[in-house]
Amino acid sequence: MTQTPILLVLLLALTSAAYYFGCKRAFRVADGKIRKLHSLPGYYGLYVALWAALPALLILCAWLLFQGSIITRMVVSSLPDAIQQLGPDRLNLVVNDIRNLVSGNIVSGEPDAIMLAAADYYRGLLSVSRNMLFAIVLVVAGLSGWYGYSKIRVQHRARNGVESIINWLLVACSTVAILTTVGIVLSVLFESIRFFQSVPITEFLFGLEWSPQIALRADQAGSSGAFGAVPLFAGTLLITFIAMTVAVPIGLMSALYLAEYASARVRAIAKPLLEVLAGIPTVVYGFFAALTVAPFIRESGGFLGLDVASESALAAGLVMGMMIIPFVSSLSDDVINAVPQSLREGAYGMGATSSETIRRVILPAALPGIVGAILLAVSRAIGETMIVVMAAGLASNLTANPLEAVTTVTVQIVTLLVGDQEFDSPKTLAAFALGLVLFVVTLALNFVALYIVRKYREQYD
Amino acid sequence: MTNPGKALPEGATSFARIQAGMAKRRAAERRFKMLGRLAVSVGLLFLSVLLISIVSKGYTAFWQTQMRIDVVLAAEDIDPEGTRNAETLRKADYSSLIKQSMRDMFPEVSGRRDKFALYGLVSNGAAFDLRDKVMADPSLIGTKVSLWVPADDDVDMLMKGHIDRNAAEDDRRIKDNVLGWINQLEAEDRLELRFNIDFFTKGDSRDPELAGIRGALMGTIFTLIVTLSLSFPLGVAAAVYLEEFAPKNKWTDLIEVNINNLAAVPSIVFGLLGLAVFINVFGLPRSAPLLGGLVLTLMTLPTIIIASRAALKSVPPSIRDAALGIGASPMQATLYHVIPLALPGMLTGTIIGMAQALGETAPLLMIGMVAFIADVPQGVFDPSTALPVQIYLWADSPERAYVERTSAAIMVLLGFLALMNLVAVLLRKRFERRW
Repeated sequence: MTQTPILLVLLLALTSAAYYFGCKRAFRVADGKIRKLHSLPGYYGLYVALWAALPALLILCAWLLFQGSIITRMVVSSLPDAIQQLGPDRLNLVVNDIRNLVSGNIVSGEPDAIMLAAADYYRGLLSVSRNMLFAIVLVVAGLSGWYGYSKIRVQHRARNGVESIINWLLVACSTVAILTTVGIVLSVLFESIRFFQSVPITEFLFGLEWSPQIALRADQAGSSGAFGAVPLFAGTLLITFIAMTVAVPIGLMSALYLAEYASARVRAIAKPLLEVLAGIPTVVYGFFAALTVAPFIRESGGFLGLDVASESALAAGLVMGMMIIPFVSSLSDDVINAVPQSLREGAYGMGATSSETIRRVILPAALPGIVGAILLAVSRAIGETMIVVMAAGLASNLTANPLEAVTTVTVQIVTLLVGDQEFDSPKTLAAFALGLVLFVVTLALNFVALYIVRKYREQYD
Repeated sequence: MTNPGKALPEGATSFARIQAGMAKRRAAERRFKMLGRLAVSVGLLFLSVLLISIVSKGYTAFWQTQMRIDVVLAAEDIDPEGTRNAETLRKADYSSLIKQSMRDMFPEVSGRRDKFALYGLVSNGAAFDLRDKVMADPSLIGTKVSLWVPADDDVDMLMKGHIDRNAAEDDRRIKDNVLGWINQLEAEDRLELRFNIDFFTKGDSRDPELAGIRGALMGTIFTLIVTLSLSFPLGVAAAVYLEEFAPKNKWTDLIEVNINNLAAVPSIVFGLLGLAVFINVFGLPRSAPLLGGLVLTLMTLPTIIIASRAALKSVPPSIRDAALGIGASPMQATLYHVIPLALPGMLTGTIIGMAQALGETAPLLMIGMVAFIADVPQGVFDPSTALPVQIYLWADSPERAYVERTSAAIMVLLGFLALMNLVAVLLRKRFERRW
């Protein structure tokens, strides 16, 4: 890894040189008369420089991305058959040990001769790969730079060339969004399919019991390995419901108040202050929920003679509702402001009071937008992770009682994936199946919300 | 109102009919307005309770109880051969020197358990402080030095009033005999609350009194550097393409739909992506800021693209037309005229995206930036945590002393967020143009 910066610096130097020589050659082919050139001399320099840098950079990135996995595969295939026959998780351990040997870290157990040989082989491959990378990148940069250089003529359209390269770069950057979506879909989908091979999809979607710990021995108690996700969905919905009962009335009423009643000064102070709630990191809310709100609710519950779990759904939901207030209020604010002024004036002209105008004219007109805003807030609440990880329970519990502890989809994803993991057990793969559900549900909510909002907006345009 | 004349006597004017209903309608109006005011105040109340609870829990963490101990640095204990070479000095048994000095202060303490409790008054980190002091100045060997070392977290909590001195002995973490020693130390002016420099200069530790945020802060900084250096160019380029050059076709529609949807995907799903693609397919190092930065780049990209597009949209078409009119190519008009004018707006969007990345925790948990890492990371390949993850880790720790440290770390995090948002607001104010 330490060689990469040197390589980058060398490449940068090469590119600058290409720019310089490109400019110089442009002057020379034009006999110093810039007017004869098709483009400004700088474009010729840029043209050569881009030719020198881009192919080499592409190779460099691809090489660095794939170097690790290719070398690992070669080392694994060089290992004796006995080791190769091991399961993938054991094999992973072996590979990790070899990597640790290579970087000179402590390894588990005494390294034997095979391991040492493999480590040497790994080290050898690594240095070969590095040297080859060095040579290939520099040679490619030189050759492609030379190609760009040789194309310089008086009539060569350097500016158009540079512009079309830049255009392609822009296109490439804008496809990152698509690649990300494809990456998300593929990564959760593949692992989920593997999960559904061992656990039927109907059991996952409709099973009533969730206990992902898998028994290591046959006689182990309490580790049935049940993957029925209904308790998680129910817990998620319960907490989301509590959050929305907090956020929707408060958010909507404050949006209405700030838009219709408040003076400009109050609005200028209160609106940004409310929006601060949206900027506070969720981990802070989680800490607040777990250490301040949950004990408070438990004590007040005890005062009233109620038995409240210390990780009650109520605490997590309340705090999540706090966090979502600004989403509801600023999204509703937008739609309320989009209601044409003429509707308000019409209502006032008929002698309606402000609250009558709001309830009978503005709210019905803004309703689709508000529903859209609420759906967006719901999708936000479902995907929220840190508050529930810190303040909600871990054990699955199928209940509608907000005073009990429930667990959610996101909590289970985190607990299943944090810490040591083997990538083939249904336990780990279950997290990806949950992730798939989460992704699909939030996406659907989003689509519906945007559809409603868009349909509504066209009414007054 | 819809059916007038029913409730009122024959011959009443419509004005009288309206008057009759006015009181009720005014009351409804007042109630509605009150509800609105109530909603705003409840929202603001939530905010203030949150902030007050964090600050009131956390401000004490910026001070730390220190204890003054007198240590005899006998040459035969540290460097019996008198070579004074660094290796010998490093390996000497400083913790037994500190134990000796504790025994000297309380000669009456006997018995294994009591002695153990006595040694526990001083933090484990004291031996390292002493070692650093001796290694910095070997001439101290053979003398008796008096130095301030961090006290144990229980002593610290007692001094800050988080442990009630008057509680029954069984309910208290500090037993009566230990409390007696602490009282004696206080009477001798050997205990003092001092500014907690360690909190800002040290990495994580299992001992609350030694735990600091430097490691997490450096991890966050490295992560954000990676994020910024990738997401700003990518986001701006994508926005420029979509806003200025993209033809209106299925492909660009697909890109736009994608960007809008990515903005709404839960952050934890990006963590799953990082785990499945960057770690398992590309074999990038787990727990490294490089990986965290990549994941956060993908997460913040939609924010930056959307903000940059808005900034580009607000540049009036006359600028482009003028540039094109004097013979610039569309690319030149964009690069030399439109982008410079839209840059402040793009930067504002980027800062907001970075603030979002700074506070993000969930995807980092997925990619292993959640381990206990005591060393301060030196680069983007070193395993590290990030500030929000550190908060999560500390919030999970049982010791009472971590509560104030967690709150203090939150205060630092919120401070950075406030700073970034302030910069964004100032930038917007300074460069905002009305065309």
